[in-house]
Amino acid sequence: MSALNDLTLAGALKGLAAKDFSSRELTQAHLDAMGAAGQLNAYLVTTAERALTMADASDARRANAKTGPLDGIPLGIKDLFCTKGVRTTAGSKILGDFTPPYESTVSANLWRDGAVMLGKLNMDEFAMGSSNENSAFGPVVNPWRANGETQALVPGGSSGGSAAAVAANLCLGATATDTGGSIRQPASFTGTVGVKPTYGRCSRYGIVAFASSLDQAGPITRTVEDAAIMLRSMSGYDPKDSTSINADVPDFAAACTRSLKGLRIGIPKEYRVEGMPAEIEKIWADGIDWLRAEGCEIVDVSLPHTQYALPAYYIIAPAEASSNLARYDGMRYGVRVDGADLTETYEKSRGAGFGEEVRRRIMIGAYVLSAGFYDAYYIRAQKVRARIAEDFNAVFTQCDALLTPTAPSAAFGINAKFNDPIKMYLNDIFTVTANLAGLPGISVPASLDSSGLPLGLQVIGKAMDEETCFAVGGALERAAGFNAKPGKWW
Amino acid sequence: MFTAERVADKSDWITTETGDWEIIIGLEIHAQVASKAKLFSGAATEYGAEPNTQVSLVDAAMPGLLPVLNEYCVEQAVRTGMGMKAQINAFSRFDRKNYFYPDLPQGYQISQLYHPIVGEGEMLVELGDGEAITVGIERLHLEQDAGKSIHDLDPNATYVDLNRCGVALMEIVSKPDMRSAREAAAYVRKLRALVRYLGTCDGDMEKGNLRADVNVSVRRPGGDLGTRCEIKNLNSMRFIQHAIEYEARRQIEILEDGGEIDQETRLYNTDTGETRTMRSKEDAHDYRYFPDPDLLPVKLSKEWLDNVAADLPELPDEKKIRYVKDFGLSDYDASVLVSDREKAAYYEEVADGNDKKLAANWVLNEVFGKLNKENVEINDCPVSSAANKAIVGMISDDVISGKIAKQVFEICWTEGGEPTAIVEERGLKQVTDTGAIEAMIDDIIAANPDQAAKVKDKPKTLGWFVGQVMQASKGKANPQAVNKLLREKLLD
Amino acid sequence: MSVDAKTVRKIAHLARLEVAEERLAPLADELNGILHWIEQLNEVDVEGVAPMASVEDVSTPVRQDIVNDGNIRDDVLANAPRTEEGFFVMPKAVE
Repeated sequence: MSALNDLTLAGALKGLAAKDFSSRELTQAHLDAMGAAGQLNAYLVTTAERALTMADASDARRANAKTGPLDGIPLGIKDLFCTKGVRTTAGSKILGDFTPPYESTVSANLWRDGAVMLGKLNMDEFAMGSSNENSAFGPVVNPWRANGETQALVPGGSSGGSAAAVAANLCLGATATDTGGSIRQPASFTGTVGVKPTYGRCSRYGIVAFASSLDQAGPITRTVEDAAIMLRSMSGYDPKDSTSINADVPDFAAACTRSLKGLRIGIPKEYRVEGMPAEIEKIWADGIDWLRAEGCEIVDVSLPHTQYALPAYYIIAPAEASSNLARYDGMRYGVRVDGADLTETYEKSRGAGFGEEVRRRIMIGAYVLSAGFYDAYYIRAQKVRARIAEDFNAVFTQCDALLTPTAPSAAFGINAKFNDPIKMYLNDIFTVTANLAGLPGISVPASLDSSGLPLGLQVIGKAMDEETCFAVGGALERAAGFNAKPGKWW
Repeated sequence: MFTAERVADKSDWITTETGDWEIIIGLEIHAQVASKAKLFSGAATEYGAEPNTQVSLVDAAMPGLLPVLNEYCVEQAVRTGMGMKAQINAFSRFDRKNYFYPDLPQGYQISQLYHPIVGEGEMLVELGDGEAITVGIERLHLEQDAGKSIHDLDPNATYVDLNRCGVALMEIVSKPDMRSAREAAAYVRKLRALVRYLGTCDGDMEKGNLRADVNVSVRRPGGDLGTRCEIKNLNSMRFIQHAIEYEARRQIEILEDGGEIDQETRLYNTDTGETRTMRSKEDAHDYRYFPDPDLLPVKLSKEWLDNVAADLPELPDEKKIRYVKDFGLSDYDASVLVSDREKAAYYEEVADGNDKKLAANWVLNEVFGKLNKENVEINDCPVSSAANKAIVGMISDDVISGKIAKQVFEICWTEGGEPTAIVEERGLKQVTDTGAIEAMIDDIIAANPDQAAKVKDKPKTLGWFVGQVMQASKGKANPQAVNKLLREKLLD
Repeated sequence: MSVDAKTVRKIAHLARLEVAEERLAPLADELNGILHWIEQLNEVDVEGVAPMASVEDVSTPVRQDIVNDGNIRDDVLANAPRTEEGFFVMPKAVE
């Protein structure tokens, strides 16, 4: 039998139910793997003691046959989620030793369902980034390496720690967040499954805000079914978040094996971008073939404003962020660097506490909202956002879901794009549209490229229709038969 | 509705060596919504708690914590808007006003710039003596109050208490339609009466629950508008009036010296009565307003609005019209009675089943007169409205005279007791039995034959006899009856 | 539209970010690069389009006027760099 941390989440649930092993054993196996994976820099904090306490409590519940849907399952938590009594950094120095006296709704839902917390996962500072190089605590290293190479690759971002930990079997699943692609792009880079649900499906309460109108939590796991199981627990209406959607949570796992017969899959022509690697073209074509073989009708569709999504995003997200991050002023929590007076203290604390990319986005955000530029930038971006949403509304009269590549490339080397912000931003070109329109999207690993690095395909669904995403994602997973794992070098 | 063309009453002009000036005033009133919980959190709003005890993690702007709107506050804003006969916006939205200050934990105030919940309206403001002006309302919006910065506990530090932080405020912005401190005060008084009628704000200025930012500029009467200065946070009628007068004279002095007014925010020093530049506002602010993405728009259905409208109490203006039309009260008396919700309610209890005019005279002269003299609030009046209702009833029914009534009121005030019982027990009932009065008159005429003989030539001396009879009856003889009988006996 | 070092200084001050003098010009270049790229939005025909602030089209949910929070001063102050007698203590602010 392979190590317990090699199981899928669904497999582990079965093993726990069959009493093949205890949650304590399962948890310990993960803690051991985490201890040996320091080079990946995926975890910022390991909560070993708490994990074992939670595991023991789960085992006790199981002995009394009072288990929840995730009982005994060890998970990693992106450090953007506030965890009561556990230091939460958002990948930033500015929060110092901030220890929340409250728990995010999403993580609380997981604990309610019996899950075990292993620790807090590294990430791009305030979820801003596509490579995890913007973490104040050093970059996460992708467990994948190109064939025969030793060069460190990025795991994608901002949920790089989550994706790397799942890919390296350092947890059975991880929470993540996605503002412009931060779940799906790292999933694609690490051969894992990432789901960004419909905006409002998961509560944002207790998740450190980046861009409130775009942020959405979701899972990263090793299989589509695992993601479905985990998302079900994470989701649900929360009266503490005004943007939370008051709707029942379906049984997503049941949707994973649904028949696709007669389902119309849209192929948006605008996603065939210039300079896209042939290998990505190829897996996209493969994906189309697989779905056709499942009985789907393939429809060519157009989303004419696609190319404007990223520029619109780079107005809206920084604008919201510049305001959301005003609270980090060193007064009630976090780092304070004293200056001669209050204003100087603000400027020094924030200047020293925020990293370069965060400062850059705060500056852009403050600029596009400032007097005289609000209409030209911010309002225009919101109008373009409306255009993008209209595009999706129109195509969803012609099809039930869209199939696209997840990212325009495979994982790249650390430092390869770090000094070119726009090049970095283009990583999110295929994912950001779903955030602007609030739609659910899933990234499923489809194949390895010629250098042995994973590539993902994305399914975008209608609002509140994650089930179709899971159904299509499940079919892609089965057809791709993707079961590659990174060779363990760490 | 902007009435820039209205020129101040000449008596309100400020005359200097260079000529006449008039003051142009607009007000921003901050009225704290009388809610139990804050606008976006479940923390209490009660006044005077220990520092930072009425603070939720939302109020303290902890990372990832989110606002959820208090519906009651929305309803109070709408009710106030309806009371001002203003446009109620079925679609409104919250915006963030971004700036840094220690008492503003979020780094932004949640307010409503682009889509306020209440739009334009107007208020009729009585100045007394039958004069009135119309003050245009620009808007009313909901926003969060800030916390409290305390600068004098430590010479090198600012202490911050967030108890007030997040309390709901209605900011009511007037048009620059006032022309004197007197008009501004009348407007504030009227608005205060309105919110108190509606119960949307307790109007307690001392606690800062209703406070005003005053925009003041000066111009030559009817001339071009001048540059305005805003004086922040005035929390008494007196301060509002003093600040306006001081600020107008300050601006006139500058202009007369050939200077220019800087558009700026100023603070009023309650000790010296002067205004000074607010230093922290020196660098021009750029608040970078944008819609708060943590909240969705407020959409009010017609049904919801209709329900709120149906539940509105009778408001001062309507009440006044009813008093004049249905009760036959004078415009002035009606104005005084409706100026305060409690006073009007008190009056209506006294007037219930009684002659309305008589009740009004009684309440205005006796009750309010005494309250003023003793400096007692209507709610603390030792004589209940029911007692006064009984007194007025006895006057109407000729049970007691007006003079005795005053005596009864005094007894009630100092000793307490029920007026009818007091009249009964102390034998204060008016004597209307003509036989008894006639007997008294006969005795007095018999005792004063010379005087009686003169009355025919000097009818005015009849008064002397009236006095004698009243004295003999210890004030209880019905004065009309005494007069009538004396006339019959001495003049006919 | 493009920004210069002076604008960068102004924006940095608005956002309360300390920026070293020698960083102003390079930062202006960076921001101009991004802003220039963003300005391709000007190609989009947005005539008659309502700005979209949220993907959700419902009225904001509401709470009842009930006090169910507060009285957690220890939690509120727990992470503060400096407190005294139940207050947050901050560098001297001017009114």
